[in-house]
This record gives sequence, C-alpha cells and structure tokens, in this order.
Amino acid sequence: MTVYARRRATNAVILTLSLAATAFGLVILFLILWSLLKNGVPALSGDLFAKTTPPPGSSGGLLNAIYGSVVMTACATLAGTPIGILTGTFLAEYGRGSRLAPVVRFVNDILLSAPSIVIGLFVYQVMVVPMGNFSAWAGSAALAIIVIPVVVRTTEDMLTLVPAGLREAAIALGAPQWKVVVKVIYRAALQGMLTGVMLAIARIAGETAPLLFTALSNQFWSSNMNAPMGNLPVVIFQFAMSPYADWQLLAWGGALLITFTILILNIIARLLASWSSFSR
Amino acid sequence: MTIDVAPVTTPIPTPTPTRPTLAAPIVPAGKPVPLEKPSTKIVIKDLHFHYRGFEALKGIDIEIYDKRVTAFIGPSGCGKSTLLRVLNRIYELYPDQRAAGEVWIDGQNILDPGQDLNLLRARVGMVFQKPTPFPMSIYDNIAFGIRLYERLSTSELDERVEQALRRAGLWDEVKDKLKQSGLSLSGGQQQRLCIARAIAVKPEVLLLDEPASALDPISTQRVEELIAELKSDYCIVIVTHNMQQAARTSDYTAFMYIGELIEFDETEAIFTHPQKRQTEDYITGRFG
Repeated sequence: MTVYARRRATNAVILTLSLAATAFGLVILFLILWSLLKNGVPALSGDLFAKTTPPPGSSGGLLNAIYGSVVMTACATLAGTPIGILTGTFLAEYGRGSRLAPVVRFVNDILLSAPSIVIGLFVYQVMVVPMGNFSAWAGSAALAIIVIPVVVRTTEDMLTLVPAGLREAAIALGAPQWKVVVKVIYRAALQGMLTGVMLAIARIAGETAPLLFTALSNQFWSSNMNAPMGNLPVVIFQFAMSPYADWQLLAWGGALLITFTILILNIIARLLASWSSFSR
Repeated sequence: MTIDVAPVTTPIPTPTPTRPTLAAPIVPAGKPVPLEKPSTKIVIKDLHFHYRGFEALKGIDIEIYDKRVTAFIGPSGCGKSTLLRVLNRIYELYPDQRAAGEVWIDGQNILDPGQDLNLLRARVGMVFQKPTPFPMSIYDNIAFGIRLYERLSTSELDERVEQALRRAGLWDEVKDKLKQSGLSLSGGQQQRLCIARAIAVKPEVLLLDEPASALDPISTQRVEELIAELKSDYCIVIVTHNMQQAARTSDYTAFMYIGELIEFDETEAIFTHPQKRQTEDYITGRFG
C-alpha cells in the first residue's frame, strides 16, 4: 500500500466516523422534536393561550404559566443585562493590566457553570426565607443570576474582537475613554452583544430548578410579583408527572411552546450575528 | 452626553496661549510652501522607550519643523513607529509600555505627568496603517471628532464636515452618500476618510503611521498628493517602509536603526550624500 493510498483510506475512515457521529446527534434531536410535535400539536388550541391551568378532569390552558414565564424572563433579562454588559465592559476595556480583572473573569466562569439548582437554593435562602413566601421576584432574581455570567462572557468576547486599531483611532482623536467605548466600540460590537443577550434569554426560558425553589408555581392567575407565580417549566414538570391524561397533554403543549420559542430566539440571534457590520 | 465645550468661536480649548496656528484660516490647497527657514515645532530630548524591559528607543534627540514633512525611515523594529506613538502618547493604552525623556511641543513637555492626554491628542492627530473608519455614517465619522471639543449648530457642523472632506480630496466622491456607512467605501477612500477625520479637529501636528502601505498604487499616489497639500498647514510626521515614498513626500528624513537615530537631515541630503555608512547601506538596499 502506498503512502498516498493509506492516507486516502485513513481519510475515508475518519470521514465515516464523523458522519456517523453527526447522524447520531441529529437523529436524537429529530426524535425529540418529532415526539414533541406528535404529542404537543394536539394540545395547541385557543384554550392553551386563553385559559388558566385547570384542575384535573376539566378543560383549561396555560395562560397563567405563559404569563409568568414571560414576566419573570423579562424581569431577569432587564436586571441581568445591564450588570452583565457593564461587567463585560470592565473586563474588556478598563480591566486590562489590573489585578481585579482576572479574578472577576474566573469567578464569572464559575458562576457560568454553576448548577442552576444551586442558584435556586441560594435565592431561596436569601430571599424566600426572609420574605416568608415564594414570589415571582425571587424567581426573577434567580433567573437574573443565570443571565449575568452569560452576558458578561459574550460581552467581553465581542468587545475583545473589536480591532485594537478602532480603539486607537478613536483615542487618537482626543476622545475620552467612555466616549470611545459607548460611541465606537459598542457600535462595532452591537450585534454580537445582542446575540449574547438572546442566548441568555433562551437559556433561562427553560430553566426549572431555580424556579422550583423561588417562584414555586401557581395554578391560578396571578400577576402579583410578591406571590408565587405560574411558569411553564414548573407546570410542565408537575403536569407531566401527573396521572391525568389532560394534564399530560397540556405539559406536551407547554414543552412544544418553550422549545419553539427558544428555537426562534436562537434563529434571531444567528441572524443578528450574521448582520455584524464590522466582520471584514 | 457632550463634555463641557468652549464657546462656538474658539475651535478647541487652548491648553497654552501658544496656539496661533489654530486660528489661522485654512490656506487654499496647493499653495507653495514658504521658503524661509522653518520654525521648530517639536523638540525631542534623550527619549527612551521600554516595552516590558526591552529598550525600543535608546536616547533619541531630534527637532521636527512646523509646516514641513518629516519622514522616519529604517528597517522593521528600528523604533520608528514607536517614536511616532510617543508624540501623542497613544502607547499609554498599553500598561506595559513606558517612555522617559522629554518631548516638547510648542514649549510644553508632553511627557509631563500633568499633561491632559485628550487635549494632547486633539492637538496631535494620527492616521494609522490600516484604515479604521468607525462603524457609523461617513458624516458621523468626521463629526465625531469635531463634536468632542466644539458645540456647533447643524449648519456649522455641515460646513466643517464638508471642509474636511474637501481638504482630504474625498468630497466629490462621497457628497451624495454622506449617510452611508464609512465601511462601504474602498480602502483608499477609507484612508482619506481617516485623514479627513484627523484634520477635521484642526490639529497642529499630523502623525501618519505608514498611511499608504495597505493601499493600491493609485490610492497611494492620492494620499501622497494629499500630504503635499496639507503640509502648508500642519507639522507632518510620516513613518514609512517605502524609501521612494519618503523621498517623494518629505522635506526632512530621519534614519533609525535598532532604537537609535542614526542620521537626520534634509531629505535630499540623506538620499544623495548620506554622512553615515549605515544610512548609505540602507538607502542603497544593501541591508534592511
């Protein structure tokens, strides 16, 4: 066997293995999507969005859970994004050469990979216990703690990707650093930073563990942030584990809803990333 | 959002009373440069520069003249760009870089720790090797620098933007698309946009760090013509790899080698009868 033939053979083997691994992953993904669609589509109806979660045996929807998920995700994003962006800005723009920056980066990486149930327990301890009850605020806080490290990471990465020449050019005009960052660097990195926020939203939209200990859930309509609030992940958890067929159907519907919302958010994030104006 | 700004009539807050050049009207392009002996704009005394323990400049002494073009030439790593980057203290963006010595611009030592860096950089403009348009419209690219130090009405701002673009020879090409992104221009146009942006803030000194090395020959020629036009108003310092470019564009040339200034003289003298052996070897292509 010549050297060339051996290389071709090796190449064929590696290619086959890679394709097999890819196919394996895709097949699993499609099986999940298929079972979601098969079981979830029958649950899709006007009632799903118009009625609140029912007692077993009567008809209902997921309105209160959808509302709770949207509200808590929005609060968490609104609270977590500014903190994340400012911290990422510190790391990329101001922290260079400081001793604090590597520490912040390291702690952030730990937070990024912390199990979400730990975050749920933490918020339970510092908010739910002192306040005396589960609340939507506590749920939002737990989700915000998950948002922060994701946004910090992507913001820092995106700002670091901005060419140093752009920074120097703005500084060379006599612009103070904050103006360079806000007017030039943010603009150059905007799409990437938005992508990071989208990914953070996608991440928290499906989190169950942190909400279990904080917002709990609520089978009735509630818009009171100081009281337990329904939310999709926990409702899915409860209903899917129940013996009632109509609850199980609603759980499938909720799962389908979350999955496709996240899918859409990810597609939007991809589109934003590909519009990136400074990828030259 | 805007920082505290001087009244409309004063272009830039004056750090010292010695800035008569700022108030002077812009001379029409192409006016011959006066022949009288040039006045000194920048005096560098015993300048040393360190990157993390590496000495990149080993005691530079040089005088740079106003309304003339001075070229720094030399092989890669000789310190010519480093020397340029000291003149607006842009190196301070990087915490491991340090300069020691004296750099006097109009009788003011800019290496003085009390020097306001933003004001210094408004007086000493810089254009880089790679064109660096900001990710905003052509108009805003120019207006960005002007707005930093002056609060102008819309019409005054329009006028200043047009003036800068005309000066950089770009106006006719972009006047109908001022709202388009600066990134939509070609490389040569982007570089002239950067020059327009630098002169829009009315600096006294213009630093050009290999401004044409990323450009095609035609764009290079336009940039060189532009340098020739601009020197009637500014003290221009250019760093270049290209010796023909130094010979074509500059009045004075400094040859540097491994962190030292080997020879400094009128460009013609450097290129016709250099005094030092190293200079001669370099310009005749025997090394470097």
